[in-house]
Amino acid sequence: MWDYLKLVVLGLIALGAAIASNYAWDLAYQVNAIIVMLAAGITFLVVLRGMDEVKTVNTNEYMDGVVRAGVIATSFWGIVGFLVGVVIASQLAWPWLNFEALNGIGNFGRLRPLHTSAVIFAFGGNALIMSSFYIVQRTCAVRLWGGNLGWFVFWGWQLVIVLAATGYILGGTQSKEYAEPVWYVDILITVVWVAFLVVFAGTLMKRKEPHIYVANWFLLAMIITIAMLHLVNNMAIPVSIFSSQSVQVTAGVQDAMIQWWYGHNAVGFFLTAGFLGMMYYFVPKQAERPVYSYKLSIIHFWALIFLYIWAGPHHLHYTALPDWASTLGMVFSIILWMPSWGGMINGLMTLSGAWDKLRTDPVIRMMVVSIGFYGMSTFEGPMMSIKAVNSLSHYTDWTIGHVHSGALGWNGMITFGALYFLTPRLWNRDGLYSLKLVSWHFWLATIGIVLYASAMWVSGIMEGLMWREVDANGYLVNAFADTVAAKYPMYVVRMLGGLLFLGGAVIMCYNLWMTVRAQPSRVTSHAAVPAE
Amino acid sequence: METYSFLRQFADSWALLSLFLIFLGVIVWAFRPGSRQVHDEVANSIFRNDKTPAPADDPKPHVKEA
Repeated sequence: MWDYLKLVVLGLIALGAAIASNYAWDLAYQVNAIIVMLAAGITFLVVLRGMDEVKTVNTNEYMDGVVRAGVIATSFWGIVGFLVGVVIASQLAWPWLNFEALNGIGNFGRLRPLHTSAVIFAFGGNALIMSSFYIVQRTCAVRLWGGNLGWFVFWGWQLVIVLAATGYILGGTQSKEYAEPVWYVDILITVVWVAFLVVFAGTLMKRKEPHIYVANWFLLAMIITIAMLHLVNNMAIPVSIFSSQSVQVTAGVQDAMIQWWYGHNAVGFFLTAGFLGMMYYFVPKQAERPVYSYKLSIIHFWALIFLYIWAGPHHLHYTALPDWASTLGMVFSIILWMPSWGGMINGLMTLSGAWDKLRTDPVIRMMVVSIGFYGMSTFEGPMMSIKAVNSLSHYTDWTIGHVHSGALGWNGMITFGALYFLTPRLWNRDGLYSLKLVSWHFWLATIGIVLYASAMWVSGIMEGLMWREVDANGYLVNAFADTVAAKYPMYVVRMLGGLLFLGGAVIMCYNLWMTVRAQPSRVTSHAAVPAE
Repeated sequence: METYSFLRQFADSWALLSLFLIFLGVIVWAFRPGSRQVHDEVANSIFRNDKTPAPADDPKPHVKEA
C-alpha cells in the first residue's frame, strides 16, 4: 500500500517537473526541472522493481549501508570541490583561463559558488550526514530509526547538490553568499533537512544508552540551528513558479544582517558544531582513550551555543549596520575565543598518555593537526573581528586565507581522519591498505595548507596596506589594478597549495579504494600492515 | 514605548541576565557533586556496542522479531 502511494507521488513529481521544464522562464530552471524529472523517474523504477520483495529489517544490525554511501559521496564531492577550487585559483592567477567560449558558464563568477558549495555543502554536508548516522547508532546502541528515511536524506542531499551546481553555472542563484541555491532548491533542502532531524532525533529517542553522548549534542545542535538559519535567510517570493528568480522579503541593512547572521552561523554550526561532534567521537575512538574531560566538553558545548549566534555582525563592520550591533558582534567573537580553545585543549589532551601514537598512527596525526588548525583559525577569527584589525583585513585575501586554514585544515583534515577511520570498519577490512599513503596524504595536505594560508596572509596584508596608502598630499598612491598586479606571485603559490591538497585527496581515494578492493576481511586473516 | 525600543531594552537587560544565569547554572550543574562517576561512564560509553546494537530489553535477547 505504502509503495503504491510512493509510486503515485513520484509519478506526479515527474509529470509536474516535465510540465515545468516546458514552461520554464530561464535555462537554469529548465535544466533543474529535467533533473528533477529524471530523479523522480529513476526513483519510480527503483520502487517499482522492489515491489515484490519482502522487506525485512534486522534490528540486531546497524544500518551501515547509508554510511558506506556517505563515505563514497564525501570522497567524490571532495575531489570535485577541490578540483574546482584549483581551477578558480588558476583563473585568478591567469585571467586568460576565463575562456571566451565558456563565458557565462565556466568563468570565475559562475565557478566560485560551485566551489564553495561543493566543498561546504557537498563534501562537508555528506561528511556530517555520514558521521551523524554512524555516531548516533553506536552511541545509542540502536539501529537508525526511520528505516529508509535515512536513504531519503542521503539521496535527497545528492539531488540538492546536483540541482544547485547545475543551477549556478547556468545563472540560477539568489546572490546570497553560501545560500546561493534558488527558492525551489531551498524548499527541497528544508524537506531533506527535516527528514535528517527526524531520523537523528528518532534514533536518540529509542536509544539503549541512558545518556546522550556529547558528540550527539553537537550534531543535534548543528541540525536544529541550520534548519532555523536556512528558513530565516531564504524568505523569498518567487517571481513565477516557472522561474528560478525570486525577490527577497527583507531589504537593505536588515537583509545584510540576516545574511551574515546566517553566514557566520553556517560556519559556527555547520562547519564548527557539526565537526566538533565528529571530533568528540572519532578522536577518542582512534586514540582508544575517552575524551580528556567530559565536564569541559559540556561547558564547551553550552558556551559555543550561547555565544556563536551573536557573532555575525562582525562581517559588516563600517557599513550601514548600527554601531552597537557591530560592537556586539565583535565582543561576542572575542569571547568565543575561550570555548574554542577549551574545545581544542579537550581534543588535544585526549591524547595525553598516548602521545606515542602520533609517531605510529598517521590517522591520529591527521586528527591532531586538524584540531591544531581549529585552534589556529579560531584564534585568527576573533582577532580579525576587532574593528581596527578588520579595517585592514576586510575585503582582502586575508579573509580567504582565514577561511581556508579553517576549512582545509580543520574541516578537511578531521573529515579525512573520519574517512580513514570508517572505511576499514564499514567494509569489515583488516586495517587500511597503506599507512604510508596516509602519511603522503598528510604531508601533501599540510604543506598545501601552509602554502595557501601564508600566501594569502602576505597577499591580504599587502593589499590592505596598498589600498590605504596615501601620499603627503592625502592622495591614494595605488590604483586598484596595482594591487592586483602585485598579488600575482601569491596567487600562483596559492594555486600550488591547492594543487598539493587536491593531490593528497586523490591519494586518499586510491587508498580507500584499495582498502575495500584488496585488503583481506577482518575475520579471515591477520595480514601485517606496513607500519611507518 | 515603541516595539523596537522595548525589545532592545529587554534584550540587553533581563534577557541577557537570565541567559547568563542559565549558562552559569549549566556550569554549576556540570560540577555538581557525584557527577564525575556519571561523566566517566558516559565518556567510556563509546567503547561499547561498536559492531552490533545492544540486545533488546527483554530477558531473552534474540527472540525479538526481525
